[in-house]
Amino acid sequence: MSSFFAVLFVVAAVVLVFGLVRKIIQYAKTPAPLKIATTPAPVTQSGVVLRLFREVVFFESLFKSTKWTWIFGWIFHLGLFLVLLRHLRYFMDPVWLPVELIQPFGIYGGMAMVVGLAGLFARRLFVDRVRYISAPSDYLWLVLLILIGLSGLMMKFVAHTDVVMVKQFFIGLYSMHIGELPPDFPLIMHLLLVVVLMLLFPFSKLLHVPGIFFSPSRNQVDNPREKRHLAPWAKAMEEQQN
Amino acid sequence: MAKANFVTPELHEFVEVPEVSEGTMAHLSPFVAYPEHNTDLNFPGELVEDWHGKTLSKLDDLRKRYRSLQVYLDSCVKCGACTDKCHYFLGTKDPKNMPVGRQDLLRKVYRRYFTLAGRFFPKLVGAKDLTRETLDEWYSYYHQCSQCRRCSVFCPYGIDTAEISMAAREILDSIGYGQKYCNEIIAKVGKIGNNLGLPGPALADTLEGLEEDVEDDTGVAVKYPLDVKGADILLVTPSADFFAEPHVDGLIGYGKVFHEAGVSWTLSSYASEAANFGMFIGSYENMRRVSLRIRKAALDLGVKRIVFGECGHAWRVAYAFLNTLAGPFDFLDPAYPVPQHIMEFTWDQIQKGKLKFDKTANDHMKLTFHDSCNVARATRMGDKPGGQIEIPRNVIKAVCNNFADMHHETIGERTFCCGGGGGLLTDDLMEIRVKGALPRMTALKNVMEEEGVTHLAAICAICKSQFTKVLPYYGMEMDQVVSVHQLVSNAIILTGQETDENDRDDEPDEVEI
Ligand code: HEM
Ligand code: HEM
Repeated sequence: MSSFFAVLFVVAAVVLVFGLVRKIIQYAKTPAPLKIATTPAPVTQSGVVLRLFREVVFFESLFKSTKWTWIFGWIFHLGLFLVLLRHLRYFMDPVWLPVELIQPFGIYGGMAMVVGLAGLFARRLFVDRVRYISAPSDYLWLVLLILIGLSGLMMKFVAHTDVVMVKQFFIGLYSMHIGELPPDFPLIMHLLLVVVLMLLFPFSKLLHVPGIFFSPSRNQVDNPREKRHLAPWAKAMEEQQN
Repeated sequence: MAKANFVTPELHEFVEVPEVSEGTMAHLSPFVAYPEHNTDLNFPGELVEDWHGKTLSKLDDLRKRYRSLQVYLDSCVKCGACTDKCHYFLGTKDPKNMPVGRQDLLRKVYRRYFTLAGRFFPKLVGAKDLTRETLDEWYSYYHQCSQCRRCSVFCPYGIDTAEISMAAREILDSIGYGQKYCNEIIAKVGKIGNNLGLPGPALADTLEGLEEDVEDDTGVAVKYPLDVKGADILLVTPSADFFAEPHVDGLIGYGKVFHEAGVSWTLSSYASEAANFGMFIGSYENMRRVSLRIRKAALDLGVKRIVFGECGHAWRVAYAFLNTLAGPFDFLDPAYPVPQHIMEFTWDQIQKGKLKFDKTANDHMKLTFHDSCNVARATRMGDKPGGQIEIPRNVIKAVCNNFADMHHETIGERTFCCGGGGGLLTDDLMEIRVKGALPRMTALKNVMEEEGVTHLAAICAICKSQFTKVLPYYGMEMDQVVSVHQLVSNAIILTGQETDENDRDDEPDEVEI
């Protein structure tokens, strides 16, 4: 069983990384031929960095939009962020000091994540407008993440697993060494679902993660009069017509 | 198509977010272009036989040329933040008029043919086959979007439905399924020089008429020059300014400001149009062709500066795209931004103390200001972000004593569209225009009741025309709409003007800044 998981994780990691890199390259290479920042927009590059920072860290636009979605969405993402930071300890030895320090908060992160997800699920179900735009996959993403969270929390609060063994297994993978995983049901569930998450990530709406950084309405400097902006294909067209 | 038999929504204190009601606007589509309207713009005259293949290859082409399209099609998580932000949804309850609902019409097809998930599990991810009905649905709902970008303000990723609807319209054009209103107008600009098809001599006549009117009125010979070589400033203004009400009063105002500023200026009969409907149909090529006329006029007339009159989408094309489409403008005076908005020009003159006003001339009105969507959310005026929202208000307050803003959630970057932008200002779309005006009409009615506002000032030819048409549907008067430079025109005291002040004892107000 451990070799099965070893293979799964290597494959999933490759798909995740290559899938995302492929998408990022695609976004980076596709030109944005016109200046379309949603204004009022920053007029300097550092202003843009600040704008994106506020979007990524505080979900600024969502805050303007609907407070409920913002609260649940932000709780979920903040929780997820803490959980992922806390998980880094399984993948590094020695463990980074900041990762060490946030360990106690990681637990609250796990709970917050599930609460946020449950709120988002309820909204999807009960607000008729959001229900109308939801495909089955939109519900399934939430279910998947909730199950990952619950199985994780189970290991913490209900049926402990041997986290040292888990760590050795993953560190071992770096050197192509296949160790043993504890044969605990919650852990198996947790890991299987995580593999699904990793495999689907680059082919799904989770592309909002790279997407937000490439969104022209948010990442462009508002300086069209000061500086001429010309896409390569537009330049070629110009040269051909002149 | 369908005659205008629909019910105008009632005005309440607030615009309630309606429950979704499917298909309420499915019947509405604008007139389809005649073959020659399409071929004039280098599109196929009629729906091509291989529309299926051509649609997909155009979509593929566009997503490779526009990062916005590719990123926006991928990134939406269906969080629902935009669902209650579109004036057309609020006015019609049709869920396909929710921004995400509208985007999904295209996104479902993108997913079906261009993503793994959609290819293998279409039902799971809500992907849909491209059929002949899809095209009709696109045609209908992508012409119920005014490309106002309100949704993009609220989207956590800034997804802009305008970009999607422009792409959809370009796809439709590329397979010969164009909209009559936009395509006919763009062709007219190419042939005659403006949207309205006013030839040079007619313009000259109109402008002479204005000169006479102003001289009768003020005793001062203010010029409205056309095609004057060697003038300093080329004024490019929407052609509605030449004759429509209240637009023309704005044009009169520009002329008076230029006169008092002591600059030489001219209009051009070749580039007698600020509007650029190439943007509405998402066509870079057409937008560029229209823009190049302005470059040519500036070169031929040998001007030093370009100034744009009051128009919303025109200012977007001018401010954000002109340098890209028709630049570089290194032959103009580098001391001034290219182009400038008339509002920037006037505000600058006011700040320098060059203009004298009698604010009481506008005392019979109490004003509020409608931020045009393209100005507020796609451009800037002045050096600072948000100047496009402040400067027009500064100008109004400099020439009027009575001003009150509408509710803060309906102005500035959150402004509600007038309901007629984006290529919808045509009688065949009256139903959506009236229903889409609901949020703006509600905010206006409230400020009329609470603050005693009497008039709505605007800086966009489309907004002005749209309001003139829809105000009566909501029980208000069409002449409640005014141009901002009409207010300037009312209040400005021209040097040497025969004032009727003589029989008044109060001195004209100086502007305090
Ligand atoms: C740069 C990092 C990220 C940013 C800025 C971000 C931002 C957002 C925002 C603004 C939303 C919409 C509001 C909401 O529904 O919560 C959202 C939704 C979502 N995000 Fe993220 N996210 C990030 C990373 C992630 C990651 C790593 C995952 C998953 C592992 C994820 C999963 C989701 C899901 C599933 C939704 C949809 C929630 C729903 O169904 O309502 N996000 N994200
Ligand atoms: C290969 C990747 C992963 C491994 C090996 C792993 C392993 C574990 C283990 C061993 C625990 C139990 C911790 C304890 O008992 O102290 C746990 C908990 C948890 N996991 Fe994971 N996990 C992985 C990925 C993820 C991902 C991607 C998520 C979120 C989307 C997640 C969410 C959670 C949560 C919420 C908890 C409970 C709270 C906590 O202990 O931090 N895990 N995980």
